[in-house]
Amino acid sequence: MHKIESKNVNFNYGEFQALHDISMSMKENTVTALIGPSGCGKSTYLRLLNRMNDLIDNTHMTGSILIDGVDIYERQTNVDDLRKNVGMVFQKPNPFPKTIYENVAYGLRVNGITDKNEIEERVVTSIEQVALWDEVKDKLKKSAFELSGGQQQRLCIARALAIQPSVLLMDEPTSALDPISTAKVEELIYELKNKYTIVIVTHNMQQAGRVSDNTAFFYMGKLIEYDKTKTIFTKPTIKQTEDYITGRFG
Amino acid sequence: MSQQSSLAKKKRRNQNIAFGIFTFTSYAIVALLFVILAFIVIKGIGVISWEFITEMPKNGMTEGGIFPAIVGTLCLVLVSMVFAFPVGVLAAIYMNEYVKDGWIKKIIKQMTNNLAGVPSIVFGLFGMSLFVNKMGFGDSILAGGLTLGLLVLPIVIRTTEESLKAVDDTFRQASYGLGASKWETTSKIVFPIAFPNIITGLILSVGRVSGETAPILFTVAAYFLPKLPTSIFDQAMALPYHLYVISTSGTNIEASRAMAYGTALVLIIIVLISNLLANALRKYYGNKVKTN
Repeated sequence: MHKIESKNVNFNYGEFQALHDISMSMKENTVTALIGPSGCGKSTYLRLLNRMNDLIDNTHMTGSILIDGVDIYERQTNVDDLRKNVGMVFQKPNPFPKTIYENVAYGLRVNGITDKNEIEERVVTSIEQVALWDEVKDKLKKSAFELSGGQQQRLCIARALAIQPSVLLMDEPTSALDPISTAKVEELIYELKNKYTIVIVTHNMQQAGRVSDNTAFFYMGKLIEYDKTKTIFTKPTIKQTEDYITGRFG
Repeated sequence: MSQQSSLAKKKRRNQNIAFGIFTFTSYAIVALLFVILAFIVIKGIGVISWEFITEMPKNGMTEGGIFPAIVGTLCLVLVSMVFAFPVGVLAAIYMNEYVKDGWIKKIIKQMTNNLAGVPSIVFGLFGMSLFVNKMGFGDSILAGGLTLGLLVLPIVIRTTEESLKAVDDTFRQASYGLGASKWETTSKIVFPIAFPNIITGLILSVGRVSGETAPILFTVAAYFLPKLPTSIFDQAMALPYHLYVISTSGTNIEASRAMAYGTALVLIIIVLISNLLANALRKYYGNKVKTN
């Protein structure tokens, strides 16, 4: 069974139709890269997977998206529970103006975990998981703003992992980072694949090539081509995909 | 080459003129403020003494102090803030975090703006008919404080709304992304970040409330009441009204002229202290929010 399955998804911002009839599915424990020029709808699609677009007024969606076989846009779906299961990492590192410790603990608290030992254990585990522990273990009580951009982004990933999601959405997670921090995050994505289903939006072709199993090329709100990353990058069947990947446009 | 340098000259000249005007107006404002302050300080400092701020007015308000007016003003500030701050902040949270864009939001916004444009004397009349007569509070600190609270409500709402708007949306998204509800996001993430700026709204309101005369004319202010209020249902003197009385309708206007400047000085000092206090609070919370 597919972990994520979308069928005939259309999405509108007011009058503007941002997505046209998107049907695609993703297997468990794979990394799927969404690529395409700015405004192609890849981020919009990503944000449908944890219903982040609900926050925007005047939007309209048709079609269905299933995660673990359950339609996440059904009436009885609890959005908070959905987002607990489908974690998200954003384009710019956005730790809360709180301590490093509290940044990770916040998600646990809002999900009803009150036991101090459990919170502490999971905070430590998640920070270790993103290979940040050695760098921050002595300053957990300091503001997260004191960390470098790369460290902040890994903290944001730790924050998302702490509440034990099964899907992780990443919206250009390294676009604001330097090459070394980017490499660290990519390495992390590679490791996380064993436990999570990851969907990543990226503008960086090499990155898509390095980290993903499958790649979907979006253009003007349509899913142009979706295949194994290797296939997309070596012998795409559609000319637009090839043009984009080789840098002829976009 | 020569053409280019004449263009460069022209550019530089225009720039200098523009900067000159900006600089002049900024300094002119500062200078004006300084002159007003200096004028009041020079005229009023003479009467300021321990007795002046701690004693009752005496001898047809030409001697003695202004203690009851100071206490009255502080009481009015307190009552109005206790009313306006929570109501205004909650309304702003509702408007900025909860209501979707649409005609309801537009109407609330427009109404708030209209409320801000209503002349303060109209608030006074309204307060008199609602709080003093209809609700039966009589001329009292409660009635006056509530009237002043209504008056500053738009300021509190607007500054709170601006502060909430200034909170980067990515913080909200990150919070929602972790499965937090709207209320958790608002109360635990957005509000604490906005709080230092919300305090600014409080500063502005305190300044406004302590200086307003018209709304308290028919709702609380006593012409001459040489005793302290014992409850919020008592009438009280207030600094701006006292200033008005001794400058226009006292028993001996010439004799109480110095007292008037002294009163004005005290009023300004109170506003100044509240501003400094609020700035300190704002700094304190601004630092705290990063590490809580």
